[in-house]
Amino acid sequence: MAACEELEQEYEKAKRDPRFKARLGELLKSFAGRPTPLFFARRLTQKLRGAKIYLKREDLLHTGAHKINNCLGQALLVERMGKHRVVAETGAGQHGVATATVCALFGFECVVYMGTEDMRRQELNVFRMRLLGAEVRGVDSGSRTLKDAINEAMRDWVTNVRTTHYLLGSVLGAHPYPTMVRDFHRVIGQEARKQLLQAEGKLPTAVIACVGGGSNAIGIFHDFISDKKVQLIGVEAGGRGEKLGDHAARFRGGLPGVLQGTYSYVLQDEAGQIAGTHSVSAGLDYPSIGPEHAWLADQKRAQYVAASDAEALEACKLLAQTEGIIPALESSHAVAEVIKRAPKMKKTDVVIVNISGRGDKDIGILRENLQLN
Amino acid sequence: MSLTFKHHPGLVAYLTCGDPDLHTTKNAVLAAISAGAEVIELGVPFSDPVADGPVIQRASERALRNRVSLEDILKLAKEIRRQSDAGLIIFSYLNPILRMGLENFASAAAEAGVDGALVTDLPVEEAGPYLKLMRKSGLATIFLAAPTSTDDRLKRICDVSTGFVYAVSRTGVTGARKDLAEDASKLVGRLRKFTKLPIAVGFGISEPEHFASVANFADAAAVGSAIVHAIEQNPGREAQAVAELIAHVVGRRSSAVSP
Repeated sequence: MAACEELEQEYEKAKRDPRFKARLGELLKSFAGRPTPLFFARRLTQKLRGAKIYLKREDLLHTGAHKINNCLGQALLVERMGKHRVVAETGAGQHGVATATVCALFGFECVVYMGTEDMRRQELNVFRMRLLGAEVRGVDSGSRTLKDAINEAMRDWVTNVRTTHYLLGSVLGAHPYPTMVRDFHRVIGQEARKQLLQAEGKLPTAVIACVGGGSNAIGIFHDFISDKKVQLIGVEAGGRGEKLGDHAARFRGGLPGVLQGTYSYVLQDEAGQIAGTHSVSAGLDYPSIGPEHAWLADQKRAQYVAASDAEALEACKLLAQTEGIIPALESSHAVAEVIKRAPKMKKTDVVIVNISGRGDKDIGILRENLQLN
Repeated sequence: MSLTFKHHPGLVAYLTCGDPDLHTTKNAVLAAISAGAEVIELGVPFSDPVADGPVIQRASERALRNRVSLEDILKLAKEIRRQSDAGLIIFSYLNPILRMGLENFASAAAEAGVDGALVTDLPVEEAGPYLKLMRKSGLATIFLAAPTSTDDRLKRICDVSTGFVYAVSRTGVTGARKDLAEDASKLVGRLRKFTKLPIAVGFGISEPEHFASVANFADAAAVGSAIVHAIEQNPGREAQAVAELIAHVVGRRSSAVSP
């Protein structure tokens, strides 16, 4: 708790410090590559014969996903707090790579916890983290995925809290993380809103993003929340079936509960034990969801749907072959939803899909699962 | 049945319930009481025990393989209560309690003869409704105080604690350590400013020297992982192993409460 309070205070101070803002802005521009383009997906739009589809290209950021936005912000806070050691969890490896990257950039010691099941699924990212100088520690407990990596990172953090910062990678955990991580990703929605107004002279009909913990989704949603006419659609991992344990769709049977310091919808059994989850995409494979998404769902401001493993894999292939963009399997869930939805929409409707990351890390899984001619 | 310590220091014993099964837990608890434990923490196994080290993690996994639930543990508490006056605390993560419902939990725990609860991942800031229901059922609410907590926070913790205050000896998760950090005595000193309740020190107490040193500044010592480890290492003779471990750590002492 003391560490959360320290972090909250430092973050509040930093928010009011123009130098912090300027430095973060400069790093986002010159190191990460912001702003990212908003790209009109002409051939996908033609193929689906419905709404006009734009892609927010977070996949073009340095390290290949939106995760770097938050990592740069938190790294600046670590420096301000005078800490020199960083721990992080990672599921797909994207957040781990982004953390290892900023630690190399700032000269911090870096330990990344990763479930051994995920290490197997995301071998390439494990090597990338090590190449960047991070130590990757395999986590063998529980389901050996993201949730277990977070447990282990938290244990390390509370043990070494005086020197160590926990660079949490999603809008999860205790306050101030969900708010702070959201703020660092808000830039996605701020840019997208401006870019679409420039391109189309109007706001989108819908914004679609995949939701694991929910950082890329809340980042792109946030600046549209007060635009009541803009539909916000989060896409969860529907996995391989409807049964508890076969998916990671928290709004399909999840109940309010507390996991890892967050009160939100949680997939759990009747005794309150956290349920196992499954998704082809490691980054969505998590039994709880960021509390702000729970709030948006309760308010009926955002709608949450699911895409199955098979739908995501097909969507990935379709985007690759119509637009020359291979999305991450996480982002492919958002693409799967636009494939279902766009044909039912009017030609004057406009949809933004957040391509939160690129699919290079998933080539192994794609090879195992896709039949190509 | 109350949370008082007649010995100095008193002994609080933690066990993960259902490891390896509830019948064994019951015998081990009764053995711990006979060996001198005055308060028993009945640990509720949880799938994601973030505050625990590897020993209690493994015990939780073993217990959950038998699908041990909070309801089962309250039944166990009731059985123990029939045979002993020792203090009984439900030691749990929040989610199993939320799943049962705070109100159901508070009344079921009181009905089982439990004295109070410690909810590891419930910070005092979020504890309002829980405190209200626990008070209504006459149950003690014990909270963890950490060495890194500010005075402000320690005061808030003391304000809502009843029974005793649990001082965490050092930063980190549960588990035996070679040295008991200096942190512990400093923390207890700071807590005394805010409370007249007894203070128990825990996290890392596994050796006779630890236990003896706690007598210098606190009212009780909590032994957890060392007991759970003894259970893990002695299949078939768990209760006896717990009694031996307690005798080793605290020395021979008679039962302060009727077992």
